[in-house]
Amino acid sequence: MTAGTTIHQKEGMSNGMLGFILFLASEVMFFGGLFAAYFIARADSPSWPPTELLSPQQIADGVKLELEVVMVAISTGILILSSITVQWGVFQIQRGNQKGLLWGLFISIFLGVVFLVMQMYDYTQLHFRADDTVFGTTFYTLTGFHGAHVAGGVVFMILILGRSLAGHFSAEHHEAVEAASMYWHFVDIVWLALFATLYLIPT
Amino acid sequence: MDWLTTVDHKKLGILYLWFTLFFFAVGGIFALLVRTQLAVGENTFLANDAYNQIFTMHASSMLFLFIIPIWAGFGNYFVPLHIGAMDMAFPRINALSFWMLPPAAILMFAGFLVDGGAAAGGWTAYTPLSRQAGMGMDLWILAVLLLGMSSTIGAANFLVTMFRMRAPGMTMFRMPIFSWTMLVTALLQLLATPVLAAALAMLFIDRNYGGAFFDPNGGGNVVLWQNVFWFYSHPAVYIMILPGMGIISEILPVFSRKPLFGYKAFVFATMGIGALGFSVWAHHMFTTGAVLLPFFGIMTFMIGVPTGVKIFNWLGTVWGGSISFKSPMLWGLGFVSMFLIGGLNGTFSAAVPVDFALHDTYFVVAHIHYVLFGGSVMAVFAGLYYWFPKIWGRMLDERLGQLHFVLGFIGFNLTFFPMHLLGLDGMPRRIATYANDTGWEPMNLLSTIGAFLIAVSMIPFIINVVLAFRRPPDQPNDPWEGNTLEWATTSPPPVHNFDSLPPIKSERPLFDARQENKDTETN
Ligand SMILES: [Cu+2]
Repeated sequence: MTAGTTIHQKEGMSNGMLGFILFLASEVMFFGGLFAAYFIARADSPSWPPTELLSPQQIADGVKLELEVVMVAISTGILILSSITVQWGVFQIQRGNQKGLLWGLFISIFLGVVFLVMQMYDYTQLHFRADDTVFGTTFYTLTGFHGAHVAGGVVFMILILGRSLAGHFSAEHHEAVEAASMYWHFVDIVWLALFATLYLIPT
Repeated sequence: MDWLTTVDHKKLGILYLWFTLFFFAVGGIFALLVRTQLAVGENTFLANDAYNQIFTMHASSMLFLFIIPIWAGFGNYFVPLHIGAMDMAFPRINALSFWMLPPAAILMFAGFLVDGGAAAGGWTAYTPLSRQAGMGMDLWILAVLLLGMSSTIGAANFLVTMFRMRAPGMTMFRMPIFSWTMLVTALLQLLATPVLAAALAMLFIDRNYGGAFFDPNGGGNVVLWQNVFWFYSHPAVYIMILPGMGIISEILPVFSRKPLFGYKAFVFATMGIGALGFSVWAHHMFTTGAVLLPFFGIMTFMIGVPTGVKIFNWLGTVWGGSISFKSPMLWGLGFVSMFLIGGLNGTFSAAVPVDFALHDTYFVVAHIHYVLFGGSVMAVFAGLYYWFPKIWGRMLDERLGQLHFVLGFIGFNLTFFPMHLLGLDGMPRRIATYANDTGWEPMNLLSTIGAFLIAVSMIPFIINVVLAFRRPPDQPNDPWEGNTLEWATTSPPPVHNFDSLPPIKSERPLFDARQENKDTETN
């Protein structure tokens, strides 16, 4: 008999990181389901946006199935920038620069909040709602769930910022930071896919 | 009190078992109500509305609150023991997974208290019916979302546990088959359940925020629901059966005194089923006219191949073995024979022209119950009889176990075999009653008698469990001469699981250890 009762941590990434990556895989599938719904709706429709589906009442109410591209393109740039800044923060803590990490996180959180505010503003400017055809439903569902994930990512980074202020992280020990930045990149990539899908595919 | 705050995988496993067995009983009572209503033609025992709620909640309890989470229960208890670990990778997340179940169950059953009653659209919740149903439907959606979250984070936990927590010498290809089936199940849960979550979110938006996902008037697509729902729910059939196959593959070798025939073939067949499982969902939708019939028909036949491999694994294991017909083995053999029928009648329905005739008839009900009762439930009982001495340190009585099996086996076939004939005769599923001149009454009556026989078969089981708990927990480490590591520790195991582990040189470390002892004795 050989003793073997300790927890056997294998080499490489930690259990927590592996679990986190698996969690992200499930998130990918969740958005995959929503994207599938969008593409099916779009394939089913003779034109996109499906203006022919609007009732006379909706038209009289001023419903217009049009998206605001310019501002959203700017907020897309802001989100990409925030991915760069959070990664910059990770590089700083890898070299043991706690102050750099703080700045990286702070700027990324700020940019994330700016993105959310711009999204809210965009919602108020649009002339359609979630119940105005499947165009409205898919738009608000996809961007809404993404926005919720941005908000979740901001909260995640605020928690990490709090821990960095308490000096929890060092060059050797900063896995939670890596997880937060990975989550932020994930949110960013989903947005790029969304932006391309909702705004760039020619109608 | 420490049951409420525990993060020990064994205690959580036991909580899962009690919770899920409770809902097995609830779902069973609903089944008896359904069978009572259908016993004779033009029956008025249940009103139509009540009938719809009860058959919906029967399936919802059985699938979402019994079968799927009971594998998490067995897995919680035995995966760490099987791979020689102290606990799951994330004990607190493990506790969270369990404690999401009771609120979900309360939400789902709260439907009975609201206007319009509980969900009544079947467990498949097809649109447009589910778009229009009452508030019970919303509660059902939220409950299933919560259960889905529980099983998704549980799946990540199982995967990390098996990838990272194995004892020295426990390579992937020495893991017990049960762990392997839990691994593939966890992968399916991780990747398929979020798609169900997306589907439920869309349905909720349609119902509550005027969404048009499933509304053709707004450019939506009714069949979209079926696509996203079955994208989850076909893999979910494997989520419901694979761990059962794993349990059987632990039991047959022990009671045949032989190794599992074709360990690696079994593992690859399990992976094959898992992978193919994502490409067959539309075989539930042949009659919609909206899916590619040849593709989904052929893929479904293909998935019969790895399933057939497993049948040969089991037969090859039993063949020429010195079999002892103890209760776990009886249920195990019951599983192999009944699951075989469930596989065959499923393959019939996968033939497109046949499916056009059988779709939504009682033939499908027969099929799913041969898989889920003849398969999964038999595996649950096999596992309970097999592991009872390990979990609770007490042996279940053999005579009562045999009585339970014989009554259950006869009752099962009496209940579900006639449904094949009813289906072939055109009786649609989910109807609250039928006209007297249809000629369906004799078979339905037989089926109802069978259902009550299943209920009666639970009496010796309950007596057996009660009597067992009145005995002292005095079982030795290894009452069955098992192969896997759980039998190397005390019954029940200590909090830290193992004081010491035998060397692990194959997938049967305890068999190896026994052989070594015999060798040293004869020398
Ligand atoms: Cu299927």
